[in-house]
Amino acid sequence: MANTMSNGATREIFMSEALREAIDEEMQRDPTVFLVGEEIGVWGGSYAVSAGLLEKYGPDRIVDTPIAEAAIAGLGIGAALTGSRPIAEFMYSDFMGIAMDQIVNQAAKNRYMFGGKARLPLTYRAPFGAGTGNAAQHTQSLEAWFVHVPGLKVITASTPYDAKGLLKSAIREDNVVVSFEHKALYAMRGHVPEEEYLVPIGVADVKREGTDVSVITYARQVHYALEAAEQLAAEGISVEVVDVRSLYPLDTDAILRSVRKTHRAVVLYEAVRFGGFGAEIASQIQELAFDDLDAPVLRVGAAHAPVPFSEPLEQGSFPDAEKVAAAIRESLQGVR
Amino acid sequence: MAARRRAVARASSKTGKASKARAKATKSRARPTATVNTTLKSMDDGQVRWIYQTMRRIRRFEETAEEAFKAAKMRGALHFYIGEEATATGACAALEDGDFITSTHRGHGHCIAKGARMDKMMAELFGRTTGYSGGKGGSMHIADLELGNLGANGIVGAGIPIATGAALGSKLRQDGQVTISFFGDGAGPTGAFHEGVNVAATMKLPVIFLCENNQYGMATHNEFANAAPISARGPAYSIPSPKIDGNDVFEVYETVKEAADRARNGEGPTLIESLTYRHKGHTVLDQKNYRTKEEIAEWVARDPIERFRTAVSSAKRMTAKEFDAIDADIEREIENAVSFAEASPWPTLDAIERDVYAE
Repeated sequence: MANTMSNGATREIFMSEALREAIDEEMQRDPTVFLVGEEIGVWGGSYAVSAGLLEKYGPDRIVDTPIAEAAIAGLGIGAALTGSRPIAEFMYSDFMGIAMDQIVNQAAKNRYMFGGKARLPLTYRAPFGAGTGNAAQHTQSLEAWFVHVPGLKVITASTPYDAKGLLKSAIREDNVVVSFEHKALYAMRGHVPEEEYLVPIGVADVKREGTDVSVITYARQVHYALEAAEQLAAEGISVEVVDVRSLYPLDTDAILRSVRKTHRAVVLYEAVRFGGFGAEIASQIQELAFDDLDAPVLRVGAAHAPVPFSEPLEQGSFPDAEKVAAAIRESLQGVR
Repeated sequence: MAARRRAVARASSKTGKASKARAKATKSRARPTATVNTTLKSMDDGQVRWIYQTMRRIRRFEETAEEAFKAAKMRGALHFYIGEEATATGACAALEDGDFITSTHRGHGHCIAKGARMDKMMAELFGRTTGYSGGKGGSMHIADLELGNLGANGIVGAGIPIATGAALGSKLRQDGQVTISFFGDGAGPTGAFHEGVNVAATMKLPVIFLCENNQYGMATHNEFANAAPISARGPAYSIPSPKIDGNDVFEVYETVKEAADRARNGEGPTLIESLTYRHKGHTVLDQKNYRTKEEIAEWVARDPIERFRTAVSSAKRMTAKEFDAIDADIEREIENAVSFAEASPWPTLDAIERDVYAE
């Protein structure tokens, strides 16, 4: 059973607090760690992740920048190359488009282009995902762009426990890690122990065990999958929910273990369905576990449209528990 | 394609006239001999020797690389720095050990001036395992992190935010180092320039933005690319932005030294526009239709190495014999670099997915 759910202690905190604890602890542990980004100091971060850290660490380690995403990305690279361990925050992952050259052509490739001699201990943090009514330029899920670039690692958490443990691991990495934080989860409360722990990058977590269908997913969609699993349990359908947590490196073994048990897979993600990261997961499953499958691997993702503003439209363009449940039923009907 | 070629041909007959007029305008620019004399006097013999040696190394390295390229011994792109040697050399002469640079696609000169080994550079150009990047980077991606060279860069302007980051790191670590970001006039129009320079100025970071205005980005003239001269931009960022003769190694040295002192004193960045010229084309392949022979001849006549040699000779700081001895040493060094590169093994395919991530 999921380690995130089984711990006996009872402290519950918001995901934003869990992330703050991760940054705070790593800054205390290592004087070369610093945070840089827009409105992270006085304002405390758009989602209050860095609230209070300016008072604690001062402007030399909580570095506010003007609106300049390419510069933020580059500040991280230059500082990392010369001996610091920066955490660079984008106010919204949508704004990473402005910094794409720095992330894709510089950060991701420096180590390789320089024959393995460059060390880039650099974490990029970026809020992503829908559900907040911020429309087309503030709610995208662009993780597939980054997963496609060798040299980057990509993580995303579904619980405060994972968020803290994964971010601490990312900060300690000597690699460039892009951490996507789902905006709708910042205010989610969850169990986070007082004592220190890490969640390793590249290890999936089974958030619910089941025997009939595997739902492979990440970030906020984990919760829709769990909701669907609960509903379907009443109908006698047993759903397993696998939270990949790390998109690259991907814990393919954990996915295959689950699929070999249930023989059916639904891949669930909040990004635009076409060409999304779910296609990679589906492809891995059919390449490596084709003989174990009793039904086609299904994908559930967002509509092929920019994110609409109006609430019913926004809700309607994304997967939710109902849509996942429908896909699970479809998978069960697909016996060959 | 044909339409584009015609358009280029039409444009070039116009630019021909324009470039003649520009050559005339810059012709009368007097070299500040006072700087030469006082700066040269302030330098010890080792420094004077090092400057000559470095400029000659850059030139001979590239001439030799061009021959190897034409003999099909290497592939890809080679962007020549020949004619611009005084800028990298004067700038790096003003740096201290441990200072950082970011370089460009036209980066051989910066690498050599920052102390890179020519045999490892040549091997990289040849794509061999013994090259700086084990053959994974090539001419446009040579870095020597131990020497503070944070890398050449295939993306115009991209080194500017990285240099700013290195300077932020220095400020936070209080290591007292400064960073020079070399870039060309072609980087002037990019967003990375504005973002990097503005942030560095607001944070008063120890960085020097050194624009090597060689006047052309491929065939596009600086005056077409940049609405105002680079040196006119300083006031917009509240930083100094001197324009200097980039073919005068003494003036480059003095200007960068002053900028480095400013940076180390916490007074923030300096933007320097160093006017120079590339004798060769954009790469080995060049359309040769956008500059006049007269303009090229004009600038070849202002060769930075010849000017240095003349100044040093007339000040009786080095004899012809001493210059020749350095030249001979460099020839041996270059020959060794080529034979080292040629004798080095090709990388094996197991290297393809290695070095993407740190373990």
